[in-house]
Amino acid sequence: MPAEKVLLTADDIRRVLTRIAHEVVERNHGVEGLVFVGLLTRGVPLARRLAERIREFEGAAVPVGALDITLYRDDLSARPQPVVRGTDVPVDLADKRVILVDDVLFTGRSIRAAMDAVMDLGRPQSVQLAVLVDRGHRELPVRPDYVGKNVPSSRTEDIQVRLKEVDGKDEVVLTRSEE
Amino acid sequence: MRAVLPQKEPRAVLPRRHILDLDDFSREEIEAVFRTTDGMKEILNRQIKKVPTLRGKTVLTLFYEPSTRTRVSFEQAGKILGADVINVTTSTSSVVKGESLVDTGRTLQAVRADVIVIRHSSAGAPYLLAQHLACSVVNAGDGAHAHPTQALLDLYTIREKLGHIEGLKVVIVGDILYSRVARSNLWGLSAMGASVVLCGPPPLLPAGFPPPAGVEGFVGPTLPPVTVETDIDRALDGADVVMALRIQHERTKGGLLPSVTEYARRYQVTVERMKRAKPGALVLHPGPMNEGVEISPDVAHGAQSVIQEQVTNGVAVRMAVLYLLCTREA
Repeated sequence: MPAEKVLLTADDIRRVLTRIAHEVVERNHGVEGLVFVGLLTRGVPLARRLAERIREFEGAAVPVGALDITLYRDDLSARPQPVVRGTDVPVDLADKRVILVDDVLFTGRSIRAAMDAVMDLGRPQSVQLAVLVDRGHRELPVRPDYVGKNVPSSRTEDIQVRLKEVDGKDEVVLTRSEE
Repeated sequence: MRAVLPQKEPRAVLPRRHILDLDDFSREEIEAVFRTTDGMKEILNRQIKKVPTLRGKTVLTLFYEPSTRTRVSFEQAGKILGADVINVTTSTSSVVKGESLVDTGRTLQAVRADVIVIRHSSAGAPYLLAQHLACSVVNAGDGAHAHPTQALLDLYTIREKLGHIEGLKVVIVGDILYSRVARSNLWGLSAMGASVVLCGPPPLLPAGFPPPAGVEGFVGPTLPPVTVETDIDRALDGADVVMALRIQHERTKGGLLPSVTEYARRYQVTVERMKRAKPGALVLHPGPMNEGVEISPDVAHGAQSVIQEQVTNGVAVRMAVLYLLCTREA
């Protein structure tokens, strides 16, 4: 069992998401036309929490969708078959301000795939990116608009985001990669 | 490329290279196809029905028999997933010059096909091809033997409409003896825990089916247990699903049936007969239909009919199959 270092506690995650929610509203001058689209798996509960925070302090509901990027990946033949889980975006994305939400930003390839997937669903007015953790090591020109925490990490380290909805508890930990 | 995968991502479980029949499919494999199909259906409902998943892959359809729905369904499935699809019609290929099946297959493989979808009038033709080729082979119907993707789409449609397959009574009515659809469905339905009733006139029921119980020295394939019934009214009692099969006019010429009219009188799935089935029982047909022969028009187009849904689901199921074959681990 590799040693774990806690980067964000449950309280930290709560505060970070509240800050990002405020930043989203400030940057977009309100919530008009906003749609949160979470990347499966952990981006979806994060997107729901952001929408919930905004509902609390703005009193407005921002739609939340779930995006499966499996069919847009660029490494489908290189690994065991990933399960297609399906995309569920409840609103037409045409002319909307789409905010992609993911747990960890690493090489940027997931986000590239997500942008392709979003464009196939409609033509949004803009696409922004919110991530809980940015760990660096970008392989594509992708830069997040909202970052919970920057974590300069080595490639031999692993960042694990655990969320109540998926893992039963909230925390972000850094571990030495087993690879 | 670790970042793309969410942690603890579930894996599909379809490690096979070919899809030749459902006789060796486990319940888990069928469910893996269903899960993938669920994701594919969402794409079919989009305004832009196109994803780049199989970009750079080539799917070849090689049909030695005429077909509309199966060939178009595979073609549509491949194109939606971004594959290049090439349709080979044997009447305009080197097959008419006497080229053998294996040689044709080798030629198609040499042009770098990733999947060959084959329909052939001879049972076993896809198996022969699979033995000689490195690419994937999908059986799109071989003689009276198997039609696995049709069975998968039937199973998927039943599960979609009724929520489950286990414990259902599924009645298949018609030309069981020559039906590859019935045969593949039998395997799939049994694997999923349904109880299957095969119904038709005695000449169109396979001899020795179900296998003779307790016959000493009987050596035959291990077949799933089924009920065979020659009386459609008894068969339909309490049915959850009724699948009518097409009656081919050759059967009357071959002396297996006295006449089509006689068949329709005794075995046509009608509104009156459907009253014996459970309320809300589904009506399926693999098509093409002879309305007024094996099925009455008001049943074929009635509220219980899911025949159109079968066609739509066929595209989604074939998308799932092509995806699973093309993305399996090398």
